[in-house]
Amino acid sequence: MTELVDATRTTGAAPAGARVSLEGLVRTYGTTRALDGFSLAIEPGEFVALLGPSGCGKTTALRVLAGFERLDSGRVTVDGRDVSKISAQHRDMGMVFQSYSLFPNMNALNNVAFGLRMRRQHATQRRQKAGELLELVGLSDQASKYPHQMSGGQQQRIALARALAIEPRVLLLDEPLSALDAKVRAELRDQIRQLQQRLAITTVFVTHDQEEALSMADRVCVMSAGRAEQTATPAALYSRPTTSFVAEFVGVSSRVPVEPVDGSVVLFGERCRIRASDTGLPNGPLDALLRPEDVAITLDETAKPFVTHKSFLGATTRVIAQVDGVAVRVDVRSDVAADIELGARVRVSVVSRDVLVAERSVTNPVSPQ
Amino acid sequence: MASLIPDIVEDALVAVPEVPGRRRRPRLRLWRAVVLFLAGAYFLIPIYAGLRFSFENDAGHLSLYAVKAIPSEPGFSAAFWLSMRLAVVTLALTLVLMVPTSVYVHLKLPRLRRLLDFVTILPIVIPPIVLILGVLRAAPLWLRASPYLLSLVYVILSMPFVYRSLDAGLSAIDLKTLVEASRSLGGNWLNTLWRVVVPNLRSALLSATVLTLALVLGEFTMASLDLWTTLPVWIYQFQQVDAHVSTAVSMVSLIGTWLLITLIVSLDRSQSRRTRRRTNNS
Ligand SMILES: Nc1ncnc2c1ncn2[C@@H]1O[C@H](COP(=O)(O)OP(=O)(O)O)[C@@H](O)[C@H]1O
Ligand SMILES: [Mg+2]
Repeated sequence: MTELVDATRTTGAAPAGARVSLEGLVRTYGTTRALDGFSLAIEPGEFVALLGPSGCGKTTALRVLAGFERLDSGRVTVDGRDVSKISAQHRDMGMVFQSYSLFPNMNALNNVAFGLRMRRQHATQRRQKAGELLELVGLSDQASKYPHQMSGGQQQRIALARALAIEPRVLLLDEPLSALDAKVRAELRDQIRQLQQRLAITTVFVTHDQEEALSMADRVCVMSAGRAEQTATPAALYSRPTTSFVAEFVGVSSRVPVEPVDGSVVLFGERCRIRASDTGLPNGPLDALLRPEDVAITLDETAKPFVTHKSFLGATTRVIAQVDGVAVRVDVRSDVAADIELGARVRVSVVSRDVLVAERSVTNPVSPQ
Repeated sequence: MASLIPDIVEDALVAVPEVPGRRRRPRLRLWRAVVLFLAGAYFLIPIYAGLRFSFENDAGHLSLYAVKAIPSEPGFSAAFWLSMRLAVVTLALTLVLMVPTSVYVHLKLPRLRRLLDFVTILPIVIPPIVLILGVLRAAPLWLRASPYLLSLVYVILSMPFVYRSLDAGLSAIDLKTLVEASRSLGGNWLNTLWRVVVPNLRSALLSATVLTLALVLGEFTMASLDLWTTLPVWIYQFQQVDAHVSTAVSMVSLIGTWLLITLIVSLDRSQSRRTRRRTNNS
C-alpha cells in the first residue's frame, strides 16, 4: 500500500513534458478557413499561449491537438510521433474547457477520479490520487460537493485537477478563466502557472486576453485568421512585434501617418529608423505604430498639439494628445500628469529612435483609452 | 346549467378587456374554477361510473364479488403476465435503440434533428390498423408466431414520445462538452454513454419510461389483430362473460398503472433528495 502511494507521488511529481509540433494545419468549415496553414512547435514542459481575437481559430487548433477535430491537411506530432490516427480517448491530453464541464452527476472527488477509473486503476488508489490532486488545487474540503454547489472558480479548479489526474502528456486549456470575475481570474492565473511550472507539463493555453497571455506564458503565439502571426516570448512580442497586426493587438498602439524618406520616416519632425520586419516594407503611404511609452510630451504654449483625454492608471496616467487631427496615446508619470490639464498645448516627441510601420489604415481610432 | 355557462363565457370575454385592474380577478378566478370543474368531471365521471359498476352485482347491489373473482377468472393471469412481459421487452428495446441514436444525432448530425422530428411523428399519423396489417404481412412466420412481434411494433409506436423526451433532455445538458471531457479522460463510447450521459438524462429517461409503459399496457387494436390476448384484449373479450368483472379489471389496471408511474416518479424524487442530503451533510 505505501509502495503504491509512493509510486503515484513520484510519477505525479515529475511527468516528463512532451514535445508537440503542429505543422501546416488546415481545417475548413464550408467556406470558413478556421485554420489556414497554422504551425507551432512547442518544447517539452513549455507553457505556450495562443492569443488572438475571437474567431481566429484558437479553439479549433486546440481541438485538433486534443483529437476532437479532423484535419483537412497538416500534421500533429507528439514526441515525434504522428498522432493523427489516435482518437481523443487515447491521446493522454488533459483538457480544461471554457464552459463548465464537470460531470453534474458526480461529486468533486469522483470527477477528479474519473480518468483514473477509465484507466482501470484500483478504487483505493484512485481515491488517494484524486485526494492528492484536490489538495494540489486547494479544494480538499470540497471533495463531496457536486458541481452545482460550487462556484465557477472552484469548478474550474476541479476541472484542472481532473485533467491533471491522468498525468497527461499535454495540458490543454481553452479560455478556462473567461467566465470568472476579475479577482478569481487573477488568483487562478497564478495558480495555474505555478502548478504548470512545478509539474513541468507541456501546456497550451488559449485566450483572447493579452494580459493573461503575456503574464502566464513562456511563449505567446499570436493568431489571426487561422495563421500564426508571430510566436515569441512575451517581452519580445511586446517590444519587437514583427507584424502590424501583432503590434496593434498586443499592447496599445497609436497609428500616426508618416512620410517615408529613403529608409526612414519623419515623425513629429524627427527622423526615425524603420524597425526591421519579417514582412518587409509595405508599399504606399505608411503609419507609424507607437506604444504609449514610446512617446513623450512636454508642456509648450507654442505647440499645436493639445490634450484631449486623461485617464489615471495608478503609477502612470494615460494622456491622449491630438496631433494634426490624430489621437496619440502617451503614458506619463502620474505626478507629472497632474500638471497637465485638458486642452493644454504640448510638444510631442519620440522616445525610441526606431519605429514600427505599417501600411496606412484609413481609420484612426480616437477612442479614449 | 346549460343557460348559465354561455353567460359566464360571454361575461368573461367581454368584461376582461374593459374592466381594468382589480375587478377582473374574481371573475377570472370564477371562470377558472368552472373550467377546472368541467375538466375534472370529464375525467372523473367515467372513472366513478366504472368503479361503481365494478362494485355491483347483476342485481345492482353493492358487492365485492367482481373484484374478488378477478384472479381466478380463466385467462386473466396469462393475459396479465403477457402484458407485463411485453411492457418490459418494449421498454428495453426502445431505450437501447433510442438513447444511443438520439445521442449520436445530437453530437454528430445535428442537422438531422428536424428530419427525425418528422420521422418519429409518423407512427402517430399512420392508423394503427394500417401499421399492424402491414407488419403482419411483411413479418416472417417465426416472428408472427411470437408475441414479441408486438413489442417491435410498440417500439415504433412509442418512438414519438420517447424521442421527444430524450431530445429535450439532451438539449438541456451541455452534451458535447461532457462527452469530450469524458473522451479526453480516456472514456470509451460505452463508458461515456453509461457513466456520463445516461445519469444526466434521468428525468428524460423517466418520462420516456412512463409513456412507454402506459402505451403498452393500454394498447388494444394491434394486440387483438395480432390475435394475442393481452390485458386490454382480455378485458374486452371477458365483457361478454361478465361485464362487472371485466370493468373491475380495467379499473384495477388503471389504478395499477397509476401506482406504477407514481412509484417510478417517487423513486426519482427520493434519489435526487438523497443526493441533495448527502451533499448538504458534507
Ligand atoms: N463546428 C463548426 N462549424 C462551423 N464553423 C466553425 C465550427 N467551429 C469553428 N468554426 C468557425 O471557425 C472559425 C474559428 O473558430 P474558433 O477556433 O472557435 O475561434 P476562436 O476559438 O479563436 O474564437 C470561426 O469563424 C468559427 O465560426
Ligand atoms: Mg474559442
